[in-house]
Amino acid sequence: MSSSTASAVSDLAATRGSSASTGDRIFAGLCKGAGIFVLILLGAIIVELFIGGWPAFRTFGLSFVWGANWDPVAEEFGAIVPIYGTIITSILALLLAVPVAFGIAYFLTEISPMPLRRPVGTAVELLAAVPSIIYGMWGFFVIVPLMAQYIQPAVIDSAGELPLIGWLFAGPPFGTGIFTAALILAIMIIPFISATMRDVFQTVPPVFKESAYGLGCTRWEVMWNIVIPYTRKSVVGGIMLGLGRALGETLAVTFVIGNANRIATSLFGPGNTIASLVALEFGEAEAGSLKLSALLALGFILFVLSFIVLAVSRVLLRPRAGQ
Amino acid sequence: MSTTLLAGPHKDLAAAGQLGRRRKRTDSLMFWLAMAATVVGLLFLLSILVTLFWRGLEAMSLTVFTDVTRPPGSGGGLLNAIVGSLIQTMIGAAIGTPIGLLVGTYLSEYSAGSKLGDAVRFVSDILLSAPSILIGLFIYQLLVLPFGGFSGFAGSMALAVIVIPIVVRTTEDMLTLIPTALREAAVALGAPKWKMIVLVCYPAVRSGLITGALLAVARIAGETAPLLFTSLGNLTWSIDMTKPMGSLPVTIYTYAGSPYADWIALGWTGALLITLGVLAINIIARVVLRQRS
Repeated sequence: MSSSTASAVSDLAATRGSSASTGDRIFAGLCKGAGIFVLILLGAIIVELFIGGWPAFRTFGLSFVWGANWDPVAEEFGAIVPIYGTIITSILALLLAVPVAFGIAYFLTEISPMPLRRPVGTAVELLAAVPSIIYGMWGFFVIVPLMAQYIQPAVIDSAGELPLIGWLFAGPPFGTGIFTAALILAIMIIPFISATMRDVFQTVPPVFKESAYGLGCTRWEVMWNIVIPYTRKSVVGGIMLGLGRALGETLAVTFVIGNANRIATSLFGPGNTIASLVALEFGEAEAGSLKLSALLALGFILFVLSFIVLAVSRVLLRPRAGQ
Repeated sequence: MSTTLLAGPHKDLAAAGQLGRRRKRTDSLMFWLAMAATVVGLLFLLSILVTLFWRGLEAMSLTVFTDVTRPPGSGGGLLNAIVGSLIQTMIGAAIGTPIGLLVGTYLSEYSAGSKLGDAVRFVSDILLSAPSILIGLFIYQLLVLPFGGFSGFAGSMALAVIVIPIVVRTTEDMLTLIPTALREAAVALGAPKWKMIVLVCYPAVRSGLITGALLAVARIAGETAPLLFTSLGNLTWSIDMTKPMGSLPVTIYTYAGSPYADWIALGWTGALLITLGVLAINIIARVVLRQRS
């Protein structure tokens, strides 16, 4: 709304003398050019990754996506294991992160006393600012030993014997593995999801909430029956944004996932993700080799995955019409 | 729950009391769960900071800032990594910020209702959350392979690509906050549009624009993945932009993954430095923004 008034005002300005309009044309051209540059940038990323991955796509065809082999010696490459690892760790991370992120957003918008809101909100945002390599180190030196000594042995002993679901918890307690990676990812995306949730919860018109309180609703009933239905789409958008972050996370995962190219059925088994495989194997890939091409092809697949998730998130997070 | 609420006046007082107690129980259960979630979130931050100080202070000394990285067992510091990080971060921010500023200006001032504007906004938001490892691979394909090897310049370019969408977001958000009356006043005085934007709008949201640039610097200062494929890392002193260049995050990655105790200790010191730096910039950015409002 304000931007359309702004452009009406400035169209008026644009009709002034010719020297002014030359300056205007140059500046407008610069701005528009920069905008087009951003479009070209994204296009170039897609094209460069595809060109780089083309030899691998050409050699293996569609079986590159479905193949389970990753054998640099025999030059056989298939991507299904890292794709599986990427998706399973990200989804597990969401399952762990969404309830906590929702709890934090609920706390920050409805429960917390006013003086606490800003410091707690800032602290959660700082959690988002910590570089991912730090999460990796912290995960490797703090969480992994904890998992290996206490959590995994206890779970394997108790739940590992259960019928039907025991295989989920089978295997030796290395400390690293799919579950640990998902846990670290969850901690990393909690601040993103809770910040988005908090922001969209605050867009609920106060009169809606006041009416519900006036009818005698409890805080939780207002949250569940008024705030959530009103913001449902944006909440899902925020969750997708977190998913997008988790899919491409590299170093934190590389440190703790165990880095084995096989599909682990146990939550505690080692695995890999697209990003961790690329980061680890890139150093050993020579320029022009099929392996390098396979890594770039993996990058292309990751790009497609995150593009879809982020695009859906953007569409859901668009502001409501009339706001 | 809403249907029971709407079920009309209750004659049955016992049932009504029971319902009331159940609603209160649910409410207080959710209250405590939300408290617990917040405490858990804060505990993670606390645990990371405590670990960083505890392990990072072990190898902290003046040598860290005065000596370059050395082979395991022979001491050394992090000087080349710190300087490399500073150079690449500064150049990345210096290249990315103006471009982001122009794009943000285009979105706010020139693109109202246009399809191109919507596309640019959408793409910029995608870039904002795109995996940074892919930006590293992209620059590798674009600048490392054709130009004969890893370089500090390529690293800076990868970081610049990450800066652009961050600055676009804050610039557009800030410019749309400017009251129309301010623009009208500038135009009424005879200012052409570009002067209105550069001399009136930019200064009016200066603190917001600075905040955006600071947040971008904080983000790229800790980026590791894109640098692995572009500036590669360098364990000797080098400030030649055409050669592989060291950086704090990549050095931490190398050191933390090594089996040598002294390297790991130095890695923690580097981790402490980078985290304190990044968090300090974040806090400064928030203070700058708050002073305006």
